[in-house]
Amino acid sequence: MAAPDLHAAPDFHPKRSLAARIVSAYGQEIVIAAAIVALFVVVSTINPRFLGTNNLNTIIAGNAYIAVAAIGMSMVIITGQIDVSVGALIGVLATISGNLAVSGAPVWIAWIAPVFIGAAISGVTGALVAYGRLPSIVVTLGMLSILKGGLVSVTGGAWINHLPPAFQLAQQRWLGLPVPIWFMVALTLLAFLWMRNTAFGRSLYAIGGNPEAARAAGIPVERRIVQTFMIHGAFAGIATMIFATQLRVIQSTVPPNLELTIITASVIGGVSILGGTGTVIGSTLAAILFAAIGSAMIFVNVSAYWLRAVIGFLILVTVLVDMARRNREFRQ
Amino acid sequence: MTPPVMPPVTSPVTPLVSLAGVSKSFAGVRVLKDVDFDVLPGEVHALLGENGAGKSTLIKVIAGVHAPDGGTITIGERELAAVTPRDAVEGGIATVYQELLLFPELSVAENVFLGHAPTRGLGRLDWTQMRRRARQLLDSLDSHDLDVDAKVGTLSVANRQRVEIAKALSQNARVLIMDEPTAALADADVRRLMDVVRRLRARGVGIVYVSHKLPEIFELADRVTVLRDGALIGTKPIAEVTEQSLVAMMVGREIDHLFPKPEPAIRETVLKVEGLACGDRFRDVSFELRRGEILGMAGLVGSGRTEVALTIFGITPATAGTIELEGRPVAITSPRHACDLGIAYVPEDRGLQGLVRPMTIAQNVSMASLRKVATGIFIRFADEALRAAASIKQLGTRARGPDQVVGQLSGGNQQKVVLGKWLETNPRILIMDEPTRGIDVGAKSEIHALMGRLAQEGMAILMISSELPEVLGMSDRVLVMHAGRLVAAIDRADANPESVGAAMAGAAAQEAA
Repeated sequence: MAAPDLHAAPDFHPKRSLAARIVSAYGQEIVIAAAIVALFVVVSTINPRFLGTNNLNTIIAGNAYIAVAAIGMSMVIITGQIDVSVGALIGVLATISGNLAVSGAPVWIAWIAPVFIGAAISGVTGALVAYGRLPSIVVTLGMLSILKGGLVSVTGGAWINHLPPAFQLAQQRWLGLPVPIWFMVALTLLAFLWMRNTAFGRSLYAIGGNPEAARAAGIPVERRIVQTFMIHGAFAGIATMIFATQLRVIQSTVPPNLELTIITASVIGGVSILGGTGTVIGSTLAAILFAAIGSAMIFVNVSAYWLRAVIGFLILVTVLVDMARRNREFRQ
Repeated sequence: MTPPVMPPVTSPVTPLVSLAGVSKSFAGVRVLKDVDFDVLPGEVHALLGENGAGKSTLIKVIAGVHAPDGGTITIGERELAAVTPRDAVEGGIATVYQELLLFPELSVAENVFLGHAPTRGLGRLDWTQMRRRARQLLDSLDSHDLDVDAKVGTLSVANRQRVEIAKALSQNARVLIMDEPTAALADADVRRLMDVVRRLRARGVGIVYVSHKLPEIFELADRVTVLRDGALIGTKPIAEVTEQSLVAMMVGREIDHLFPKPEPAIRETVLKVEGLACGDRFRDVSFELRRGEILGMAGLVGSGRTEVALTIFGITPATAGTIELEGRPVAITSPRHACDLGIAYVPEDRGLQGLVRPMTIAQNVSMASLRKVATGIFIRFADEALRAAASIKQLGTRARGPDQVVGQLSGGNQQKVVLGKWLETNPRILIMDEPTRGIDVGAKSEIHALMGRLAQEGMAILMISSELPEVLGMSDRVLVMHAGRLVAAIDRADANPESVGAAMAGAAAQEAA
């Protein structure tokens, strides 16, 4: 049969305005951005020091590594998988990076090594999930224990001191802005465009939405899952590059609850835990939102212990809203 | 459609369960239309119909899983508008589903008495009595070899089924519904199961027996009820039907003269399949498909039709035989490979293999042919939307626009999106598996018209269908599958309900044997 005539004008016009379509496609992102703005307005009226440059730097630059790791995590969740070992992975990569720096390796090697090692380790995870047909929650729980146990056994949780000053990438500024912010913004935009505009990104959404249909449409599902895990591992490596270089010491342990914080950023950012929908802009905004909430609590004198409770509440609300939205959209 | 007039079934006995005028809709689609049905004590009442005919819904209405929208259900003396699971248990109705609902980690006795175990006061389980009564129940089913202490997870499917039946009997079931009980059984086990069914009948249990296997039905059933498209086609004593008349009832005999079948322009062979086999799903399948031809493939559910399509499309690669495309032998190993060779497959189950529901029409339409709307790795959204718009227009899809999420569309429009996706790949061979299942009449005839047009433009179409009118109305030739083999190839001129129906029922195979 002939290909459809592309010059035939469609006999309808998009009835919805551009604004309406943006709201429907990026609803969650807009809600989070609005929440951040509202939070800043409210808290700065109570305590104007909240808007100080130093505090903003702490909030955003200090948590940029979470946003960066959440980019890779979002991709994994979009394909319908999950990785609960990412916190342990970052702990291991930070230790490797720090030891390389201390041992006198060129700093750029200490920076870059986590990216490749992260991709390799996550690639193994991805291969077990895709070709071993194991649920990713099980594989990554196993990986979590291996990485965590291995790290503590080898290092005894020792602190890595005497890091060369040139290693402290996260403390540098480019054009007046802290490096972590550059990383966060650039990677978020790049990943967003990559997911939206490339065949690769599209295939991840298709796999998360319906793996059988994706396979029938010729998408190499297993290979894509391995590749996604590798990219996620690389993002964990970049997150390490920021995380390991922001203080003068590195503790050779796994940062507590890090994987939960990262997964939560993805989910609150609008990445459906069932796969198939969401964007990395949402997860980055959500990472900023948590950091802002944490900081705001200090500024309005609420115990920091409430932070986890507030975030937990946000998770439940987000997931409920996601389910309600799905039910509404698919009711025929 | 008016069901054929049935001779009134006058019975001196009161039915255990009877349904009168029962209707049920899901999401606006009527799956049961004004159905009457009853079960007498001491009978095996077979329930027949193709997939989607409404059998499962009917038995779920009786079992109290679904509440009907209209009609009444009488259990014994009680007349109800809807059965609750509790009514069903109290009324002595038990169901053995295809997917057995047992607990693999518990013992046979525990499974049999789960929820109503004998106790000894203070809620302590009376293990002795539980094991003894489980033993008695299994013995009464002639299953002396089944250990009541064995973990259910270690048992064969046939034994698990016996446990399920014992469980039903332990609740004093007077009506036993069996949903395709022999689907997963080997021949010897089928024999044993049929013995068990006969024993139960002799005890006065009324049995609703759902099966696709006609020989079993003739061996076991006293009466048979046929459903099609949710409507009751008829209930008859088994002595008054033949395999062929049952098939005719199941697939419909009125040929709709509205099938828009243009004059075919049949040209050279594009696909030649010889001796094709895939494990034990089908074997010795040989046929040719030509440009401009609509080749219909008929057969009962389980005859291997869909399996042939899955093999040609590379989802389950062939284990024997050859496939030639335009004279060149090919080994198709994956859907992607099939797609590159110009084969497209519109699957039987839209939800499972056809659509990604959270995605938009444009994203679904371009999915199998993204390269066409991409420069390097980047998708050109404007082109993608334009092509989707053209596809929507060409297929007459009713949608708000290319950016509408497909999950929101009706069944017929979803089917058009799946079809549009595959047409975008410019296939030479289009395989359509149940192209119009579950979609409304209007969309049905639109899809038929489209198939006729595509064939006229030179596409080779292999159409698998359970609807005989569709097969006869659309096909230039009809292939018939039975029990994993191709048993007949009938030209359009010779294809009629009798010839195709006979082949579907396996008559040809029996003659050949």
